[in-house]
Amino acid sequence: MSLPRTPSQTVGPYFAIGLSRRPENELAARNDPGALTLVGELIDGQGNPVPDGMVEAWDSVGGRWGRSGTDADGRFTFVVTKPEARPGEAPRLDVLVFARGLLRHQLTRVYFPDEADANAADPVLSALGDADRATLVAEGEDGALRWDIRLQGDRATVFFAH
Amino acid sequence: MAAIDDSPIVLPDDPNFGPEVQADYPGYRSTRWRAANRPLVTLPEEFHDLMGPVFGHDAIEENDNDLTRQHEGAPLGERITITGRVLDDEGRPVRNTLVEIWQANAAGRYKHEVDQHPAPLDPNFSGAGRTLTDDDGRYHFVTIKPGSYPWGNHENAWRPNHVHFSVFGREFTRRLVTQMYFPGDPLFEFDPIFHSVRDPKARELLVARFDLSLTQPEWALGFSWDIVLGRGGSGTTPMEDA
Repeated sequence: MSLPRTPSQTVGPYFAIGLSRRPENELAARNDPGALTLVGELIDGQGNPVPDGMVEAWDSVGGRWGRSGTDADGRFTFVVTKPEARPGEAPRLDVLVFARGLLRHQLTRVYFPDEADANAADPVLSALGDADRATLVAEGEDGALRWDIRLQGDRATVFFAH
Repeated sequence: MAAIDDSPIVLPDDPNFGPEVQADYPGYRSTRWRAANRPLVTLPEEFHDLMGPVFGHDAIEENDNDLTRQHEGAPLGERITITGRVLDDEGRPVRNTLVEIWQANAAGRYKHEVDQHPAPLDPNFSGAGRTLTDDDGRYHFVTIKPGSYPWGNHENAWRPNHVHFSVFGREFTRRLVTQMYFPGDPLFEFDPIFHSVRDPKARELLVARFDLSLTQPEWALGFSWDIVLGRGGSGTTPMEDA
């Protein structure tokens, strides 16, 4: 028996009243010695910030989850530590993106800039072309991690089927 | 892409899409600069079995699943209950999973600063709830029936009554955010978000069932709505599959 699954619908513009009621964007304690701020901008196909989006981050090895609504400048923010890597893979966070205009959420992932060797050997990253691969690796910026998500265009972030 | 603003609000039915939404559905104008316009990349098969976050009872506070009891007084509107089971596509219950809802009040207004619809806010209604499914996969909410409201998608656009749902499920890739509709809504035929599900049989899966046996005499109408968290992810569009 296989039941037909329930279709997706957009999160809409007002999800914050239900999904951003409490701060849930810290996957690690701020005073953890390895704590890093992961910030980025969610950007639409015209290059404009998306002020009504939501980003969820999931460390499937450590079992840590968080989410951040974007602000008026399209910015999301997390406090993270670098996750453990699965065997043969580079450390990463799995990421879901929700917004008005997305009828189904997007699935992507963010890798760490100081893991060049592991990133080069990662089976998913290494299967991508250079330009696409770059969309999934954060950049170091003033002791924080910077990672933008572009929904469309030549530099669009790689999104995965799910 | 050039003619999207002239494309019809509602496209003809197409069962080839099955339960998949058409992510770039042109009648929903906000898709234009936000929906992906490159093919999705296929991940290794084992990724789809990856477990997602687990939530405990500490995620739930008193009255989180009763939206009519979160303030001093009772909210205005038609009191209803919504119950159903969260199932996997084999029909097995998904236990202890977080279900979150949010909605407009009875007048069709969200308690959100961006919502400027000239309908009253209700001081006794915040419009948000959350609960965990039980061992049978069942969730239960008490709320009021949300009103319809206008939106800027096109001339004289109104959303059918709906409650937003967010469900986590066991596997990370089965996370679902969707909307539950009410049976017999006269706005269905005009709504591009509802019709972004092109298969009419799949659209029915978004519509709750009125159930007199769940209706509490002298108290609240009962609606039933099951949620099935299935596996997607072929990496191709339904049209290419057909």
